[in-house]
Amino acid sequence: MLLGTRDDLCSGCRTCQVACSLEVFGVVNPKKAALGIDALFPNPGKYRLVTCDQCGECAQVCPLGAIDQKDGIYLIDANVCNLCGLCVTSCPRQAMFTHPDLSMPIKCTGCGECVRYCPRGAVYDVHGEVSRK
Amino acid sequence: MKAKLPGYAGQILYVDLTTQKTETRPLPPELAREYLGGRGFVARLLWDEVPAGTDPLGPENRVVIAAGPLSGLFIPGAGKLHLGTKSPATGGYGDANVGGHLAPELKYAGYDAVVIRGVSEHPCVVVIDDGAVRFLDGSQWWGQGAIETETRLKAKLGHDFQIMTIGPAGEKLVKFACISHDFGRQAGRTGVGTVFGSKQLKAIAIRGSRDVPVADVKGVQEHGRKMYEVCFSKPGFEEWTPYGTAGVTDWVNEVGAFPTRNFQTSYFPEHERINGQRIREKILVTDKGCFGCPIPCGKYSRVKVQRGEAFVEGPEYETIALIGGNCALATIEEVGYANYVADELGLDTISAGNVAAFAIECYEKGLLTEEQVGRKLAWGCLDSVVFLLEAMAAREGIGDLLAEGVKTAASVIKGGSEKFAIHVKGLEWSGYEARYAPAMMLSYMTADVGAHHNRSWAITYDVAVGRETLEGKAEKVIELQHIRPLFDALGLCRLQWVEIGFELEHYAAIFPLVTGWDYSWTDLLAISERIWNLTRSFSAREIEGYGRDFDYPPARFYEEPIPDGPAQGRFIPKEQLEELLDRYYHLRGWDRRGLPTRAKLEKMGLQFVLDALGEKVS
Repeated sequence: MLLGTRDDLCSGCRTCQVACSLEVFGVVNPKKAALGIDALFPNPGKYRLVTCDQCGECAQVCPLGAIDQKDGIYLIDANVCNLCGLCVTSCPRQAMFTHPDLSMPIKCTGCGECVRYCPRGAVYDVHGEVSRK
Repeated sequence: MKAKLPGYAGQILYVDLTTQKTETRPLPPELAREYLGGRGFVARLLWDEVPAGTDPLGPENRVVIAAGPLSGLFIPGAGKLHLGTKSPATGGYGDANVGGHLAPELKYAGYDAVVIRGVSEHPCVVVIDDGAVRFLDGSQWWGQGAIETETRLKAKLGHDFQIMTIGPAGEKLVKFACISHDFGRQAGRTGVGTVFGSKQLKAIAIRGSRDVPVADVKGVQEHGRKMYEVCFSKPGFEEWTPYGTAGVTDWVNEVGAFPTRNFQTSYFPEHERINGQRIREKILVTDKGCFGCPIPCGKYSRVKVQRGEAFVEGPEYETIALIGGNCALATIEEVGYANYVADELGLDTISAGNVAAFAIECYEKGLLTEEQVGRKLAWGCLDSVVFLLEAMAAREGIGDLLAEGVKTAASVIKGGSEKFAIHVKGLEWSGYEARYAPAMMLSYMTADVGAHHNRSWAITYDVAVGRETLEGKAEKVIELQHIRPLFDALGLCRLQWVEIGFELEHYAAIFPLVTGWDYSWTDLLAISERIWNLTRSFSAREIEGYGRDFDYPPARFYEEPIPDGPAQGRFIPKEQLEELLDRYYHLRGWDRRGLPTRAKLEKMGLQFVLDALGEKVS
């Protein structure tokens, strides 16, 4: 599973973010989603999706070695992370997020829930293993 | 920690603009259980908070803003916010709803509802930031357009704030000023923007980060998944979405129900030049959806006309009908440009389109002169329409009278113009000419806020069962008047159900998973009926002589046969309107004057209404 995006298909509905927060944190709260949507209005009138491409930069910069790769997905070890925030500020795609309730950054776990429930196919799996329901 | 009221943020915010103070109170559980949220909260809180006889533009009027228990959740269309007030347009109960992202954001900020009272000494902006509320001096934005204001507020506060704002029309107390959000979505009707203006409230900005508690998280996730999957499987998911609400334009013309030249007729020969296909082919920039929506009807566009270029969301169907056909603008670019002008000024395009068309017909008939207006007016003339919109919003010249709406304007212009002032209760008519659609006609006559279609969109029923017959029409209208406003109480958009056939049973199934209450769909509809009786009672409390006399359409619709098109020759004679009303009141448990009876109010759990209405109730 690797997220790809088609910005021109995004309608800004945020279903992906709600689905993400439910799957990853078990709560209804799009502010706890591991992907973002920039709405560029009124001009030029477009959406830009912000997603993790599992580049591994976060693991490279983590001073505690709290981020490890497994099957192509970088995951944060909550027992090691001290929320220093370096991974968040270093992420080349600004695809790591923080939330005041959480003691570690929010990062894509590759679960594919956003892909399954984006109504528009604007987020998709580059590998084709996960598709819209 | 277990939430006290799953599905709800659990708090109501009270904002006093006079003192610039706020108070947060817990959401009363009985309010939630008896009125659900959204429209239900609006109706009950207005009843309790607005003193009888209040001036709609005075400090004692309130604006109540409410999300619903299903807003902001993993549910298709869970993004509707409801706003209500004592309407400056009608003097009675008024409300409007808006999609976009406001309702979810309000809940994430920790509130189910906001009650606004008082009048600020100077223009102000209220900022609700995760439970912290502050007031900004709004002078720097006063006078600016709605889109411009939203752009600047986001630049100042942060792009993650959701904004609702008025334009210059609201500041000038135009009776049909709207509230704008997300660069093209509006809470359009009944003058909610006018009341913002009267309170010197330019905008409200909201940002929140909190979870919304639900009773059964796994259940909500699983059922929410199923709801989206069912939507994805509907043929309309692929077929309806590309054109959105504008896709209905051709059908409305085919059945002879398209407002044309101030409802003189019901078929616009140029309709294929202003329909959904034209939007898609010629002006679309992106599809734009509200929160959680699988079928985004927003068509964000860019138009270019001789006057200039503009970005505009839409035009959606109602604007195509009232600014397009009703003013006879015959290209999608012209309709889009006039739409942009109205949006920036903060005018409801439904009422403003009616008012512009009314003025053009008055001019055509010699009831308004070039000298009075300040220029020539003509059908199909973009310059005429833009001139009128700008004059209304600024209250300049003839615009000062037009800004009062068609009912008041006709009472001053006279000369028979009352017959073609197209409104009910003082609210201008939306996009379905109903002279050949008795159920739709009755829907407009009896909608609680005035001539609006969203309480009961019954024209498809007229077409399905026969358009001449009156039989079963009152029954259908009442059924729809309970189902459709229930969406407004739950905080949901109804278009998934209306447009792609998403079944109602799915909402019934997820409600208990969200709230933990074992309410059936029948229980929810009973609450919707309670709300309907309460809004009717509110108007009866506020307006002398309210009742049957307020439930008639303009004389054009019962005296003038439609002159041409598919519905040529049709109209509904007055005696048939009486028959429809008699049947409707009887089925509702109201008396012949159109007021709820004592027995009905008691059955609805509205005993407190009896005390206020006193001898008005039979």
